[in-house]
Amino acid sequence: MSDPKPSFFARLFLAWAAYFRTLFDADFAAGVVRLREGGPALPPPKEEPEEKPKKKKKKVEKKEPTVLKAAGPEAALQLLGLLQREGRFVDFVREDIAEADDADIGAAARVVHEGCRKALDEHFEIAPIHASEEGETVKVEEGFDAHAIRLTGNVVGDPPFSGELTHRGWRCESVELPKMSEGHDPHVIAPAEVELS
Amino acid sequence: MSDASYAIGIDLGTTHCALSFVDLDLSEGEEVAQHVLRVPQVTSPGNVEELDLLPSFLYLPKGGELAEDALALPWDARPSFGVGEVARGLGVKTPIRVVASAKSWLCHGGVDRRAPILPPNAPEEVTQVSPLQASILYLEHLRDAWNAKHPDAPLEEQEVVITVPASFDPAARELTAEAAREAGLEDMVLLEEPQAALYSWLQSTDGAWREQVKPGDVILVVDVGGGTTDLSLIAVAEKEGALELHRVAVGDHILLGGDNMDLALAMTVRAKLEKDGKKLDGWQLGALTHGCRAAKEKILADAEIDSVPIVVPSRGSKLVGGSIRTELTREEVTGILVEGFFPKVEASDRPKSRARGALTQLGLPYAQDAGITRHLAAFLAKQVGATEELEGFSLPEGATFLHPTAILFNGGVFNSSLLADRVADVIGAWLEAEGAERARVLDGASLDVAVARGAAYYAYVRRGKGVRIRGGTAQAYYVGVEAAMPAVPGMEPPITAMCVAPFGIEEGTECDPAPQELGLVVGEPVSFRFFGSSVRRDDRVGTMLERWDDDALEELPEIQATLPAEGKTPGDVVPVRLQARVTEVGTLRLEAIPREGGQRWKVELDVRE
Repeated sequence: MSDPKPSFFARLFLAWAAYFRTLFDADFAAGVVRLREGGPALPPPKEEPEEKPKKKKKKVEKKEPTVLKAAGPEAALQLLGLLQREGRFVDFVREDIAEADDADIGAAARVVHEGCRKALDEHFEIAPIHASEEGETVKVEEGFDAHAIRLTGNVVGDPPFSGELTHRGWRCESVELPKMSEGHDPHVIAPAEVELS
Repeated sequence: MSDASYAIGIDLGTTHCALSFVDLDLSEGEEVAQHVLRVPQVTSPGNVEELDLLPSFLYLPKGGELAEDALALPWDARPSFGVGEVARGLGVKTPIRVVASAKSWLCHGGVDRRAPILPPNAPEEVTQVSPLQASILYLEHLRDAWNAKHPDAPLEEQEVVITVPASFDPAARELTAEAAREAGLEDMVLLEEPQAALYSWLQSTDGAWREQVKPGDVILVVDVGGGTTDLSLIAVAEKEGALELHRVAVGDHILLGGDNMDLALAMTVRAKLEKDGKKLDGWQLGALTHGCRAAKEKILADAEIDSVPIVVPSRGSKLVGGSIRTELTREEVTGILVEGFFPKVEASDRPKSRARGALTQLGLPYAQDAGITRHLAAFLAKQVGATEELEGFSLPEGATFLHPTAILFNGGVFNSSLLADRVADVIGAWLEAEGAERARVLDGASLDVAVARGAAYYAYVRRGKGVRIRGGTAQAYYVGVEAAMPAVPGMEPPITAMCVAPFGIEEGTECDPAPQELGLVVGEPVSFRFFGSSVRRDDRVGTMLERWDDDALEELPEIQATLPAEGKTPGDVVPVRLQARVTEVGTLRLEAIPREGGQRWKVELDVRE
């Protein structure tokens, strides 16, 4: 290095140039990483709020693809409420049916089926993922969506694959859940009822 | 009128309301950009959803009964009542606090429609509302729902058409217009529901209707809604090469609809259950009615199905074992629905009327004969002369009823082709018996929103962009005048009916004042008997009828005029003449004109008791 201590403006220029090269030149970026990890460290860029390019640079270096999703309980509770209201879902599942007569279970299942179906139809648009009939032989092309298609059994070789469609899959095309008023408590899946006479 | 961006149709129904709209900027000729408003409403306490229909129900909660903001809407954080789905749902378990069928009360001349009488038989603590008030609240809900979504094009500034049953009397129409005005819809107009259904059909053909009907056709519109059956006849004439549609007759008010049919099925199934010792409470009967409706639709849709199981869920959380299983059979559906409501009858059959007894305890004058086909027979026979004045219409010698050549069905009941086919068959048999061809069925969209769609289309064509149905008033109106003769004890003085408004006056037309003068007492309300005739087409203003067939003139609720005492001596009798006018809105207006002074006093069609 012929000039170990460049002036501020030279450094600024260097940082500017390095920023874009890091962004667009993978080899250069790898060098920067090496430099940062083991080699002689570059002096850390000055923290100056108006120096936006430097700030951005720091961001890029720190970027780590970690996605954590935590579903809030509200939508789930709302759905439970809907399934209970329309299809008595919680009543049915919470009931001990070990000793119950199959005919009685069947009768109750009709209530649950009809109501839950209505709740689903009204709030979700659900369609099969695969258009073919189950049991048919289907092709899975290269680059298939691994979320939407699950390969099972003898999973070897390279695509395109050929196999039997055992389940068509379901995809929810749209969701429209009720909007809730501010004070509404979705933890109440079904209110207790007291009939006054 | 010219500032409007949308033409809007509102179906203010007995059981449901709907709003459809045409985007005027995107519509040209018969290419119409039309949609149905998804109406935000509370569906269960604390939950707001958007639905195509707004159930015409109003729930009046007790303070503290529901959480504070359980009825909150996007445009109102703390309503003191619930409208729509939530009201219907809560009302099933707490019927004393729910207002239903307000529209049927609105046209019930026997009650004060501005008085807080709903829900009927409510305990003292419940703050009742008037039928008018309930209608206002439904319209306000639709208005606010629209305005929340279209802040730049408020409903008050759009071209709005509100539908009423063709059989609504002048007072009920006026009350509907008043409700609309109260909701801020000053410039709206009224349209009869069967006409709206026909407009919906016209629009659905994309202009091909001109090939589907021809001059000389008489279209019978059979509109069976949730709570009412509404009949109209529309004649297709030709003028200067273009087809013209004339609404030539409307039927009487028949309080009988799809809900009655589902209830009838439920009652039958309940009787079956009670025979086995199983008792149902009100909520369970509601659930059973719901189950019967679904089961009925399955049976009517598929000829292979002989019975459909119905389960009435338990009220408690024990579903298995606590639920009651039963079934609805094809035999029951055929027996009750097809034979009960659409029996095969002769053209000469008439609805049975029986003395009103305890059955009318609910207060609404429900049709006493459930046989819709018998009502149809009576209607067609009564209107045998409906097309006499039009050119190109002739009935065969000796025809006993008006021969329709086409039928348009409307209303959810006719989603089942079995019922539509039955009606077409019955009428077809009548026609064949008189040597006429069967009436063909026009493929209509008998959807729940057809009336609202037709109304929006009418709001659009009113701007001069398509065919319009000509109609005018479907009745001639008469005021009862007491004959001047010595009083006979125990006998009412005979009255003469004086025609004040002839048949078929178009909107925005003023009649001549009736030449005969009546005496009004200054400072006192004076009531007159009031009559309508849907068959006397030739009477002119001033025609005096001393006697008439019971069938020809129907007595309507009394009307009332009050001359203020200002500048006059109270108790004096002032001679006035009556003048009728049909407003742009489509309501009848009667005014009393004193001989001197040039003032006019409105005659109230809807008299407070």
